[in-house]
Amino acid sequence: MTSLSVHAPGKAPELPGKRLSFGERRLKLDCGVDLPGVTLAYQTYGTLNAEKSNAILICHALTGDQFVADQNPVTGKPGWWQVMIGPGLPIDTDRFFVICANVLGGCMGTTGPSSTDPATGQPYGLGFPVITVGDMVRLQSWLIDHLGIDKLFAVIGGSMGGMQVLQWAATYPDRVFAAVPIACAARHSAQNIAFHEVGRQAIMADPEWRKGAYQAEGTNPSRGLSVARMAAHITYLSEAALHRKFGRNLQDRSAVTYGFDADFQVESYLRHQGSIFVDRFDANSYLYITRAMDYFDLAAQFGGHLPRAFKDTKTRFCLVSFTSDWLFPTSESRAIVHALNAVAANVSFVEIESDKGHDAFLLDEPEFFKVLRGFLDGCAELRGIR
Amino acid sequence: MTAKYVTLIERTMAAIDTPAARGPRIRVDLQLIADMVAPGSRVLDVGCGDGALLDYLVHFKQVDGRGIELSQAGVNACVAAGLSAIQGDADTDLADYPDNAFDYVILSQTLQATRDPRKVLENLVRIGKRAIVSFPNFGHWRVRWYLGWVGRMPETAALPDRWYNTPNIHLCTISDFVGLCKELDVEIEKALAIDDKGKAIRVFGHWLANLVGEQGMFLLRQRD
Repeated sequence: MTSLSVHAPGKAPELPGKRLSFGERRLKLDCGVDLPGVTLAYQTYGTLNAEKSNAILICHALTGDQFVADQNPVTGKPGWWQVMIGPGLPIDTDRFFVICANVLGGCMGTTGPSSTDPATGQPYGLGFPVITVGDMVRLQSWLIDHLGIDKLFAVIGGSMGGMQVLQWAATYPDRVFAAVPIACAARHSAQNIAFHEVGRQAIMADPEWRKGAYQAEGTNPSRGLSVARMAAHITYLSEAALHRKFGRNLQDRSAVTYGFDADFQVESYLRHQGSIFVDRFDANSYLYITRAMDYFDLAAQFGGHLPRAFKDTKTRFCLVSFTSDWLFPTSESRAIVHALNAVAANVSFVEIESDKGHDAFLLDEPEFFKVLRGFLDGCAELRGIR
Repeated sequence: MTAKYVTLIERTMAAIDTPAARGPRIRVDLQLIADMVAPGSRVLDVGCGDGALLDYLVHFKQVDGRGIELSQAGVNACVAAGLSAIQGDADTDLADYPDNAFDYVILSQTLQATRDPRKVLENLVRIGKRAIVSFPNFGHWRVRWYLGWVGRMPETAALPDRWYNTPNIHLCTISDFVGLCKELDVEIEKALAIDDKGKAIRVFGHWLANLVGEQGMFLLRQRD
């Protein structure tokens, strides 16, 4: 394993990168709590131009982080979207100023359940208020204010990142020139809530979870978190991809062992995915962030009518889905397109042929790259970015 | 017949008048459509293909343009070229749009392939202040001759497919189309008969247009 350090919850403040602390300023959360002492951890790439017109905000997915285009200090691996963001790449850091912040509730430096509760001096644990995608975006807007940017050139994200993109476009339509929601939905489906619940139950069933107080008690519910990750990981792939990668191949053996060892390669692979995940993620963060996704229902914020979320929008949208993504299938993107058409918004929608499932948005998919590059180039021309 | 068939001479003059403003060449019949579009307007191109017309309109007429295209490859090509496009079709996706959302809605060579051309036409003039529609004319003398003399489904330059694999499930003549417009109280502001080269032919009246036009092209508006 390539981990540089085991990421024990609470160690996030020591991670490298930029921090913005808001001290006594209270973040108004959808649940009714006013959260004080909020810190936001973020990274930037490229240079903000004099007009401040070339900023792109990248929103990360459930288990992503702010290290989108440079080496992840916890895993030592390249940034999660380093194939997409960099000099000469579709999101070209020679042209654009790229910002990516760890979400509220995260465990990579932004305030979350593993942070210290200023009221008690102890880690929040389950004392952390339940957060929403709307709360995440509200906090990001503070960062954009701090950077002196009135209008983002683009907000881009996949999966939960795509939900944030939609929320940005709905809440701050005048601050988003272009929006790229990728492999996402305007509301989390029953099936997806169900998968999240399995993950949460796995964590909470781990005796080391200690009702969320594992930091104070010096335990770590890594088995539960690892099972949650294994279940989730299946949803990120596709039947075709699993079959192509593993089939029914056996792991380092020529016959099944009539036991419960990892006989099959696919089992061994999932166990590995689970075990490396717990080194970089916090179990309570997993509970809180999956909950935020479950609660996401953009139409509900606008009287149950999704087009109302985008009324009179001037934002240029580009939605992307992938053929084999069954977690956020094309029909979800299409529903958003229908809503955008209902308000005659400027919208592009492409479905990319891929057998790699939901994870395709993180991978080198040439057609996807071509489309995103073209969309951003077209928008940059209109925005006057050279 | 109030519609005026624009003459070839007018077309040719227009083409000579402003060559510099036109930029790269597009298919002749697409150029005729582009000529009907006012600069700076909002345009929806239904069945935009790889975006040739849309690209021209965006760059040389400064329109705010969108496209709908059935083929995903076409859509991807459009978006990769910086154009706004979605995958969809005229039958199912036009209903989403609000009234008067666009200055022009263009449906080029597609009406005859829709499941419900009447509904499509209603939608076109509802969501566009104006609609531009072109289609292969089944009343053309060569089509009539083919069917009347050979006794088989016509195959011409404008209708190249065999009867069993043609996407054209609702072919009509210029006269049929004019009749439908009348029925739907759609005003024909401009009508062109187009020859096999894609050029407008100098003719007067729908009857003659119906005989010599390989294609019909119409600028339409819903009467208030």
